[in-house]
Amino acid sequence: MSELYQWDRAIQPPAFTPDYKTSVLRSPKAALLSLQNSFSEITGPVFNHNEIGALDNDLIRNYAHTGEPIGERIIVHGRVLDENGRPVPRTLIEFWQANAGGRYRHKKDTYLAPIDPNFGGCGRCLSDDNGYYFFRTIKPGPYPWRNYVNSWRPAHIHFSIFGSGFSQRLITQMYFEGDPLIKLCPIVKTIPDPDAVERLIAPLDLNASVPLDTLAYKFDIVLRGSRSTLFENRLEGN
Amino acid sequence: MPQDLSYLKQTASQTAGPYVHIGLAPDRAGFDIFQNNFGHVLTKPETKGERIIIEGLVIDGTGTPMRDALVELWQANAAGKYNHPNDTQNKPIDPTFRGWGRSPCDFETGVYRFETIKPGAVMGRNGRVMAPHVSLWIVARGINIGLQTRAYFADEAQANAQDPVLNLIEQDKRRQTLIAPRSERDGVPLYRFDIVFQGDNETVFFDV
Repeated sequence: MSELYQWDRAIQPPAFTPDYKTSVLRSPKAALLSLQNSFSEITGPVFNHNEIGALDNDLIRNYAHTGEPIGERIIVHGRVLDENGRPVPRTLIEFWQANAGGRYRHKKDTYLAPIDPNFGGCGRCLSDDNGYYFFRTIKPGPYPWRNYVNSWRPAHIHFSIFGSGFSQRLITQMYFEGDPLIKLCPIVKTIPDPDAVERLIAPLDLNASVPLDTLAYKFDIVLRGSRSTLFENRLEGN
Repeated sequence: MPQDLSYLKQTASQTAGPYVHIGLAPDRAGFDIFQNNFGHVLTKPETKGERIIIEGLVIDGTGTPMRDALVELWQANAAGKYNHPNDTQNKPIDPTFRGWGRSPCDFETGVYRFETIKPGAVMGRNGRVMAPHVSLWIVARGINIGLQTRAYFADEAQANAQDPVLNLIEQDKRRQTLIAPRSERDGVPLYRFDIVFQGDNETVFFDV
């Protein structure tokens, strides 16, 4: 792998997005300094299967104490690819979400919906050699938040993905097909390109569902690609 | 119509949100779920290199610590080699050192902290050696896309003066925002690196 394609600023949200109010004081004012890649950017941490527990990708069972969590049982699956369409193999994917009522198991979440004693709300896995990943969970609920007085987050699952180089590192959110809250959400609207928003919406995937048991949604993730032409700037040497 | 380039489109970034700890550091969210947690200690007893601590605050536009931010660190080993196949330098990998760590800011103090080793110098572009440094990536509620910066070491003044990345920064004052001063705590070298979002000492962030 060599240098990464640049972040696509027509797709990626800018730092300063005043309709998402918290960004106002948490965005740099100066322009970012453009850097060509060195080894520091095109390398990144490697994770192994022995660091991941057997139930880490099963949110229905990985925090079950007295029974299973309440909610719609779903499978989320897809592939991690780069812009060249190449699979990103053996990369760490972490995910977290609210429970079916829209409440997070987090000491800072005070929403009145109840904690589910059998739902932790986080999991992780490594993609396989083809970039494929899957996990099982319950469908999260929407919840209110303090942006405008009556702002609601659409149901979503947070994703963290590493890729191969540290500068491919990405955090995003997956939404669900058909949710009317998506187009109202100030966080969704930080993304300048409506097509890029559509690509964060996972369609129902009936083929991948388990009959009489669990529905499925499909969510593919595309990380920055890298250049591999014959004539390239040398990262080292003289 | 010319041929289609047929690249895939990047997935858009979204904020990590206030509950990032659930996914990336569940013990900080207040519960125990995984057998193996990823943390802020990068070293094992056998790891080669000088033990150091890197710590600081992530500070918002009012000067207030962002107590819900999360910082990740990526660095080379003591020999200046990244533990990754894309690093083609002819230098030894330290099998006990992955070179990556993750530290949520403390909910009370706002401090993030890494226990690591001082990295060696890594070859940069066009045969220009980069001064020892670590890469940092910051996410939080209110940050739409993770921010990347570097921390350099104040006691490497000569190497820093030659560093090809620091030398891209036009204003000396801004260059200083990437250089962590060195002190000592309980006999361990401590580098203080505050990450400042706005104002006079705004940290240099990279589009990289």
